[in-house]
Amino acid sequence: MNVVLAHLNAYVAVFLMVTGLFTVVNRGNLIKKLVGLSIFQTSVYLLYLSPGKIIGGTAPIIADRYEIYSNPLPHVLILTAIVVGVATLALGLALVVRIQEAYGSIEEDDVHRQSAPGEARQGGANGGEAP
Amino acid sequence: MTGVTSESIVLFVNTALLLLMCAAALGVVRLRNLFAVVMLGGVYSFLMASLMVALDAVDVGMTETAVGAGISVVLMLSVLGLTKTREAAPRHRPLVALVVSAVVAVSLLYASGDLPPFGDPAAPAHQHVAPEYLARAPVETGAPNIVTAVLASYRGYDTLGETAVILTGGIGVLVLLLGARRRRGGVRQGGAGESPEGTGAPMLRDTVILRVGAKILLPFILLFALYVQFHGDFGPGGGFQAGVAAATGVVLYALVFGVASAQRVAPVRVVLVMVPLGVLIYAGTGLAGMLAGGNYLDYSVLAHDPVHGQHWGIFAVESGVFVTVSGTMLAIFYAFAGRRQAREEEGAGR
Repeated sequence: MNVVLAHLNAYVAVFLMVTGLFTVVNRGNLIKKLVGLSIFQTSVYLLYLSPGKIIGGTAPIIADRYEIYSNPLPHVLILTAIVVGVATLALGLALVVRIQEAYGSIEEDDVHRQSAPGEARQGGANGGEAP
Repeated sequence: MTGVTSESIVLFVNTALLLLMCAAALGVVRLRNLFAVVMLGGVYSFLMASLMVALDAVDVGMTETAVGAGISVVLMLSVLGLTKTREAAPRHRPLVALVVSAVVAVSLLYASGDLPPFGDPAAPAHQHVAPEYLARAPVETGAPNIVTAVLASYRGYDTLGETAVILTGGIGVLVLLLGARRRRGGVRQGGAGESPEGTGAPMLRDTVILRVGAKILLPFILLFALYVQFHGDFGPGGGFQAGVAAATGVVLYALVFGVASAQRVAPVRVVLVMVPLGVLIYAGTGLAGMLAGGNYLDYSVLAHDPVHGQHWGIFAVESGVFVTVSGTMLAIFYAFAGRRQAREEEGAGR
């Protein structure tokens, strides 16, 4: 196995991680930010699961026919992380819905401009249109 | 995945899926139509799930399919229905973000040189607890699926905490989306029959293929959920996967036949009770262990012999996980759908 293939999973995990990071930092749209955060999160799944794989091994479910099993511990950690991830994603999306209703926009710039000091913020849960 | 898979096949599948995922991620960043972004995100999740199966993480792959390609996409789409579907043109130069990303990437790549090569059985991660789990779990818990044994028994505290986090997330969503409307004296969430039309239901209900297809699929999805729940000790599966799969079935029903119809099957009141009930079942199982004379979350004392006790304990906590996960997923979906419904009614009343 050559050097690139031996570490490809780590390289791709890094690539996905910075892709997510770039999206979170650069994009102003709040839904896009959350999608970026999800990509960041999946890169962590990859980072955890890849070292658990043993070539020639099989899924960690004990059976008589097999002797080598991949490492079950990362599976446990990531399994719960995925479901917790969707709960936090939903929380973020709920915040986005409330921001849309309060400011009439989900673009970060619009929200910042409206909430700048000296400018009246649009009250109520069902605000008007973006300026 | 068999034990005799040759190295080159594993590497080929692994590499192909990784490259496809990179392409999908780039597409997600570049696209400005948010509908396309969400759908491509679903494709990305499905690729990730396939890769997880290729990496022998079958339990995780099942979860990612149901969560990433199922529930997440539905939630994102229902939020798009409440907001805008087009991202504004970027107003900032990407220079700062690029520099930050580049610095992070270079330092991580530098560090990745120290990682053991892919698939190496001699890697440090395989030397400590993992062989212990593989050797002892089938004997001590009687569950051939080591992931379930570790999840529910050995790391029971961890999983209890995760279930509580899901509960907290669900409460947060409900507070954010239901609180404000009640203050304004609006419609209460989810009275079945108040409005026959759910999110985009009329259009979908008129599509015969969708209607018939959904009806055919629904029993199988729910049956699959139950199978995954009760067979989780022996095959891939468990409370998390089953909970999400069951919720996906009801969400599919709601998307095609309307939220009101789905709420006749899974009433809001029941769903809201399920959210904390599962955590209580889980925590209660721990207390039962204490009452029987053991430690908290020690299942060995629950029955006449330790392996039976472990069986009962794992069954009980997996049921608790199922109840909380399915309840929370549905409650979150109802909260988003109810928001849309309320807004439509408000618009009509004006």
